[in-house]
Amino acid sequence: MNTNKTHSELAEQFNRDTKRVDWHDETLWFVRVKRDRAANQIPEWEQLREAASQIKNNVLSNLHDYLLEFERQALLNGIHVHWATDAKEHNEIVHSIIQQHGINHIVKSKSMLTEECGLNEYLHDQGIEVIDTDLGERIVQLANEPPSHIVLPCIHWKKEEISELFHQHLGTPKGNADPKFLTDAARAHLREHFLTSRLAITGVNFAIAETGEFVVCTNEGNADLGVQLADVHIACMGIEKIIPQRKHLGVFLRLLARSATGQPITTYSSHFKKPRAGQEMHIVLVDNGRSKRLASDDFRNALKCIRCGACFNTCPVYRRSGGHSYHTAVAGPIGSILAPGFDMEKNADLPFASTLCGSCSHVCPVKIDIHQQLFNWRQVLVKNGHVNTTKKIGIGAASFILSRPWLYKISGSLVRLFMRAVPSLINNRLNPWYTHREMPKAAPKSFNSWYQTNRKNG
Amino acid sequence: MGSREAILAALKKNQPALQPLPDISIASSNSGDLKAKFIQTLTSIGGKVIEVSEPDEIASHISKEFNSSARIVNTVEDLHPKFEAFNPKSDSHDFKNVTLAILKGVFGVAENGAIWITDSNMGDQALPYICEHLALIIKSDSILDKLRDAYDKIGNADYRLGTFLAGPSKTADIEQSLVLGAHGPKSLLVFLINQK
Repeated sequence: MNTNKTHSELAEQFNRDTKRVDWHDETLWFVRVKRDRAANQIPEWEQLREAASQIKNNVLSNLHDYLLEFERQALLNGIHVHWATDAKEHNEIVHSIIQQHGINHIVKSKSMLTEECGLNEYLHDQGIEVIDTDLGERIVQLANEPPSHIVLPCIHWKKEEISELFHQHLGTPKGNADPKFLTDAARAHLREHFLTSRLAITGVNFAIAETGEFVVCTNEGNADLGVQLADVHIACMGIEKIIPQRKHLGVFLRLLARSATGQPITTYSSHFKKPRAGQEMHIVLVDNGRSKRLASDDFRNALKCIRCGACFNTCPVYRRSGGHSYHTAVAGPIGSILAPGFDMEKNADLPFASTLCGSCSHVCPVKIDIHQQLFNWRQVLVKNGHVNTTKKIGIGAASFILSRPWLYKISGSLVRLFMRAVPSLINNRLNPWYTHREMPKAAPKSFNSWYQTNRKNG
Repeated sequence: MGSREAILAALKKNQPALQPLPDISIASSNSGDLKAKFIQTLTSIGGKVIEVSEPDEIASHISKEFNSSARIVNTVEDLHPKFEAFNPKSDSHDFKNVTLAILKGVFGVAENGAIWITDSNMGDQALPYICEHLALIIKSDSILDKLRDAYDKIGNADYRLGTFLAGPSKTADIEQSLVLGAHGPKSLLVFLINQK
């Protein structure tokens, strides 16, 4: 997303319409509640999370061998395997396959990796028409926007707005905002593209080293319809999507949909192992910073993510600031720990877009310590000078005072004095904390002096 | 050095000390009556379950539910010659006007209402997705409890395409309103054959 605005500036824009913020908040909380209900039906839920977490730890410690094993098996299955060090190389590989077949119109199902790599823009510039086939993704594509959520791409759109968008682009009657009617209209519109596209791109949820197959999960069936009607299938995946064995899907597929939407499983969990007769199947393995992140004890865990979106739905900051405030392909808490790894300067604001309440870590199906990593990033960012002057001065002053007990004692009583005598000194627009908040009333005396008195009395 | 070698070298250098794989034989509660649990779960995600005791009942049920102008493509031998037999020479796109496709599933899973099918039961791999309605047939004693049991059963089976299919195609992308029939089948009919 091309913006120079920070999360707090974009969130402020989003927050101007308070009714809409409430609606956004409640809609996502509803999904979180569905997740809880689904998880609570599985008595062994916590053991599943622990198993999933440990499998992913094993994967990250043996990624080199697993990728080689996956490649060997996939080649035996008749799949073409490509390796891309970065987004640019990924986009070029995909484009060259499209070019080899002389194709200029393709269908694509949801893939956060291709969002990360900016594939759509790249192909558009090369004169290729890319049709996103997931309904939510198609809606934001028609609106010329990126998705605002990795599982629910147009969660920020109201049906009346979608109705107007479809009226403009698909010629549906003005004013009909019935979700079923609009979905039917999109079905007819996208069916034409499925029937005429000779190449389909999909993402990958899991790739299995042992068998060389990969699994794609959807509810709409758009990945399957695209692939089964096309001559060429290109699947794009980050290298961390590998799992060791097929039987491990019995852990991950029990967690994925329940964590994402509260469903027991997605409608389609397709295991692609070999191409059909006459079909060409490609897989592009993309690094794009992942191997580098693997070296970091503090930030490696983010690579365990299975992209369920549970941390988005539970996050009080995400729910009230909207996905676009995060100005990255992956928003929310997980996006906030992934993005600084790609570009520390540009995404320095994101680890601060959190209350550190820890709810994200508690719902994460693979037990990523998201709030701990947000905290770790803050320290790295401050050390590298990537915080704004106000914050820098504030932190500097706090550190100066807190490391000098005598100064802390004096300044404490001074603050209380000023807050009582001249509250406007603190309650003003220069204090960013004061925006949207009342400052607390100053206590009559410090805890220290209260304790001294009461200990003597008690 | 090519990208493949560069990535592999970086991984070798940066990956942490080997962590063991966990034991995944996690104890789980027994669901009791698997058929009842399967029917309950599949119904809750929009599927329709019909219990029958012989293939003839399937044919008569379908004939009642779909009128004679509907194009019904059948891949299940037991039901020949009641409906249009699947023609392996067809192009996938020829199935675009299929009202109902009838396929055999391999087994069902009680905990999530999913049915496992592979390409060998699909006729054409596009068929289960392109049809307007889908009918799957499984034996009721094939129903397994948990997904873990399913992968034990699948083992190292070979296939081109294997899929867990759970209910009709659906979306809730417009304001979280659930709509059945996003791109694939608008309804899923599951025939459970009870052993005599």
